[in-house]
Amino acid sequence: MSEEKQTYSAAGEVSMVRLRRSRLQRMWIDLKKAPPTAIFGMLIVSIYGFVALFAPLIAPYGEAEIFAQSYASWSAEHWLGTDQIGRDFFSRLIYGARNTIGIALATTFLSFLIGGGFGLMAAITQNWIDQVLSMVVNVLMAIPGLIFALMLLAIFGSSTWGLIIIIAVLDSTRVFRLTRAVSLNVVVMDYVEAAKLRGEKLGWIMGREILPNILPPLVAEFGLRFSFVFLTIASLSFLGVGIQPPTADWGSMVKENASLIQFAKYDLKGAITPLIPAAAIALLTVSVNFVVDWFLHKTSGLKE
Amino acid sequence: MNVKVFGLGKAFSFHPREICDLKQEGQLHPIVRTILQRLLLGLFTLFVVSVIIFSSIELLPGDFGEAVLGQAATEDTVAAFRRELGLDQPAYMRYANWIGGVVQGDFGTSFSGRSSSGVDRSRAVVDLIAPRLKNTLFLASMTALIAVPLALFLGVTAALYRNSIYDRIVNVFTLTTIATPEFFVAYILILLFASLNPWFPSLANINENMAFGEKLYKTALPSLTLTLVIVAHMMRMTRAAIINLLASPYIEMARLKGVSASKIILFHALPNAWAPIATVIAFNLAYLVVGVVIVEAVFIYPGVGQLLVDAVRTRDMPVVQAATLFFAATYIVLNLIADIIGIITNPRLLHPR
Repeated sequence: MSEEKQTYSAAGEVSMVRLRRSRLQRMWIDLKKAPPTAIFGMLIVSIYGFVALFAPLIAPYGEAEIFAQSYASWSAEHWLGTDQIGRDFFSRLIYGARNTIGIALATTFLSFLIGGGFGLMAAITQNWIDQVLSMVVNVLMAIPGLIFALMLLAIFGSSTWGLIIIIAVLDSTRVFRLTRAVSLNVVVMDYVEAAKLRGEKLGWIMGREILPNILPPLVAEFGLRFSFVFLTIASLSFLGVGIQPPTADWGSMVKENASLIQFAKYDLKGAITPLIPAAAIALLTVSVNFVVDWFLHKTSGLKE
Repeated sequence: MNVKVFGLGKAFSFHPREICDLKQEGQLHPIVRTILQRLLLGLFTLFVVSVIIFSSIELLPGDFGEAVLGQAATEDTVAAFRRELGLDQPAYMRYANWIGGVVQGDFGTSFSGRSSSGVDRSRAVVDLIAPRLKNTLFLASMTALIAVPLALFLGVTAALYRNSIYDRIVNVFTLTTIATPEFFVAYILILLFASLNPWFPSLANINENMAFGEKLYKTALPSLTLTLVIVAHMMRMTRAAIINLLASPYIEMARLKGVSASKIILFHALPNAWAPIATVIAFNLAYLVVGVVIVEAVFIYPGVGQLLVDAVRTRDMPVVQAATLFFAATYIVLNLIADIIGIITNPRLLHPR
């Protein structure tokens, strides 16, 4: 605790004109108050973002560059060795960050576009559109997501765009429910009624009257949905029906090199190699959860 | 035992016998009505899901007759194949035939094993699925037997001693398990218990002829993986449900009037806790059904999940349909059971206004 300044006067502070802080200053103050878990989470997330953005500059070798020796052990040349057909594992790990995170982000955005848009529409109109949408969502949510995704992938094949659209549509059901639920509280406000009476169109009411008021829970949900989508895509890739080779991706990297684990007694480093992408997935999900927890806590105004 | 209901500041007391008298003439008891409504909703969902699964074959792009039989297939064999699938009939007829077959346990024949020459070595989907179904149910029930009691115990104790060191340790551990993909947990277990210390086999290739003990030994790692994942989810949900309950005003009321702690748990909290606990169990058993797919893939366990993934890769639609229907139906029925338990055990529903 620092010592109180001698010149402090309560009357002086009260009489002072309200201290105006810029948005950046306020954010900085909030950041300084963040708990260590949230700071850790933000740090990890930004490192991942940096690696994903500048993958070609960081990676020592190309994504699909093949070397003579497959399953090479760790060395100065290949930091984490090479994979089953002789590609540099470390480089693929870095490119994997770009592909896996990029696809998961695109999916989450699309899912929020669909789910959020329809959710707002349902909450505002509250007529047959709402009823039909809610019923469709109820039925879709009655089928386990991974199983449904597997069936749809069997029909449409596993292309990257197909994967993004399928997961986004399945995931948008949960976004729809949340958006509808939180915006129902806002729809009854007088200013929304006023906007309706002034004759504003649906798009205006959705975007300018309601959306700004339901943003905090949606942002938090975005983090949670992102980690869920990320896990689903990793699992599908792991099963061999997600992101297809030669695109580097963490889920399939685990699967392709899993046989190394059998030789842990002779080469422990080699056995750990396939676990690194899996650990990378886990670390990102945990970090995102930490940040979301802090954000939810801050915006909901709950105090311990 | 009298059931106490607090309402409008007055305490009413009902004897269980009175509950039977509550049925008014010509009117169903509200519990029966709610259950019937929920059952109908469940049936409707099952119907819609079956329609979706059925229409998956309609959505296949292009003429999959040639895709299945190969490019060298003659027009006759393709035509015969299309006739076998009933593609010359309207869709609702095909749905009726399909669902009729499904009810009698006939899921059609697999797409694999067919050739362009018209020689048909394909197998009935039922023969493919039936033995694997047993294996999957074996794995799932082994896991459930360990996971459910363990999770309930951990959840309730964590809720009772909340914010203690015990609670924090359990929380951190479960949070980490939830955030990690299932295959990560599985491979770490393989690394530790199969590779570094060869205590358990890393391949769970069980078959019909094995003794029960051997099966148990072989499925040790897969069920341990599933248990870890499930317990984490279930324990957190149980803890949240119990804490939520203990924070409600009527528990505080009981505490204030001096009821002992064990009586509060048994007579005040538990009657209202059955619904959330049943929901937690059913939700996690349903989750187990999904988690099985990945764990089976890791351990090459001969179950339905593994079959589904293989069928998706080869686009063997009849198998995909049957497996999806199995998983979806299990999921829906489990959720239905949870809801009905919730309705039956809800003391508030016993007393209509």
